[in-house]
Amino acid sequence: MINRALLAGGVLILAACVSGSGQSPPTSITVYAAASLELPFDRIATPLMSTYHVAAVFDFAGTQTLTAQLMQGAQADVFASADSMHMNSLQDAGLLAGQPKVFARNRLEVAVEKGNPKGIRSLADLARPGVVVVLADPSVPAGRYAQQSLSKAGVTVHPASLEPQVTGVLSKVALGEADAGIVYVSDVVTSGKVDGIAIPDSQNVIADYPIAVLANAHDKAAAQEFITFLLSTEGQSILKQTGFEAA
Amino acid sequence: MSQARVPAPLLALAAGGLLLFLLPIAGLVIRAPWDQVGSQLVAPETATALGLSLFCSLTATALALVLGVPLAMVLARTSGLLRSTLRALTTLPMVLPPVVGGVALLIAFGRRGLVGSPLHQAFGVQIPFSTAAAVMAETFVAMPFLVIAVEGGLRGLDRRYAEAARALGAGSWKVFAQVTVPLVRPAIFSGAVLCWARALGEFGATITFAGNLPGRTQTVPLAVYVALETRPDGAIALSLVLLAVSLAILIAMRDRWLGAP
Repeated sequence: MINRALLAGGVLILAACVSGSGQSPPTSITVYAAASLELPFDRIATPLMSTYHVAAVFDFAGTQTLTAQLMQGAQADVFASADSMHMNSLQDAGLLAGQPKVFARNRLEVAVEKGNPKGIRSLADLARPGVVVVLADPSVPAGRYAQQSLSKAGVTVHPASLEPQVTGVLSKVALGEADAGIVYVSDVVTSGKVDGIAIPDSQNVIADYPIAVLANAHDKAAAQEFITFLLSTEGQSILKQTGFEAA
Repeated sequence: MSQARVPAPLLALAAGGLLLFLLPIAGLVIRAPWDQVGSQLVAPETATALGLSLFCSLTATALALVLGVPLAMVLARTSGLLRSTLRALTTLPMVLPPVVGGVALLIAFGRRGLVGSPLHQAFGVQIPFSTAAAVMAETFVAMPFLVIAVEGGLRGLDRRYAEAARALGAGSWKVFAQVTVPLVRPAIFSGAVLCWARALGEFGATITFAGNLPGRTQTVPLAVYVALETRPDGAIALSLVLLAVSLAILIAMRDRWLGAP
């Protein structure tokens, strides 16, 4: 047992020596990102490393949670938000190093169980009796957009729960506890466990995703490289593959 | 004659431990928007969340008493491998992250769950998103505290009282109700208080299993979490309310039931 651990340790040290022999260690940056960005950002990590030699460490959570943490003095290099409101409040607090840039857009969709057993076709169907609807809490961007979308459609729903994270909506639909929920298109694409029912443009809300370098960034240059890569053709195509729209 | 003094290094460590508890609470009290606490207290959403929290935590404690005391008795009577297995299973919710507990509850009692699915098909009942779900989540997480306390009390019990009662002709139920329970009452009460306190603070299992809807499943910890993002002052005020209520009840219970000096 001990021998095996020693051996494993030795191999690790050896591997570190080999990989470290040619280049200096990569620059590491911390990226605070909205929960919905998990899949595209994880896919961006590898090409980012090979292009810029920058290793990104992600902290995914609800935009409002991350904003609250940054307001309380949390240290990070980049912030990618799911709405402009939270980004603006950080800018007003003087916590950004530059102007925020919109790097992606996302629209809303109704998430239903695979195969759509309740036959949901539109937002109006969410008001049908016997349909269990779960929404994001209005304090979360996805929840605020959902309310805007429902009021555009003139529909009043009585949600069974107001989830503090959009992922909570998604998991409750995926587990079959809720019949429908309003989430982002990217959530439907990346989850793969729910079906999406499109919401017409006239009733939809397009969410802007702004990104910015933070004032307390350890490495502003590397942080900027992350944003540049995200806006590049390669970065944008990764975002499109995961259900987002180009900026 | 004075008691043996606590060695200085231990005193220093004890002070460190106390600070770890007290500093966050002091921070809460110092940062509190005191001018808003009054208006927060009478705000309808606060009253709703507080009422729901008290109802759910007290119901969960009652449930834990009804189910947990017998469980503790069974545990106290077993030994060997059976005992360690039962104990591990009973205390599992204490070490399990509450969110995982919530997922487990969903898988068991959800509309597609092991027990929930036949319930839903037969009676159209859906447990998640109901107040009952919030009570179940709290019971799941908090009951082990009661079971452990009562089991400890039972193990420390002098068997001869029960044996004497039995020798005098009392049946097993009578021995339980009139001899055993009165003897372990302090353990039952301290276990119930711990259980209740844990239930009152429950968050992860509740939000996962019961969701978050004001008036139905939004207890104070959930209301604090949601408010923290949009109106942090409100969240702090709400936290203070919960802190004051818990502290008042803990102090009252201690003097009343445990006879602590």
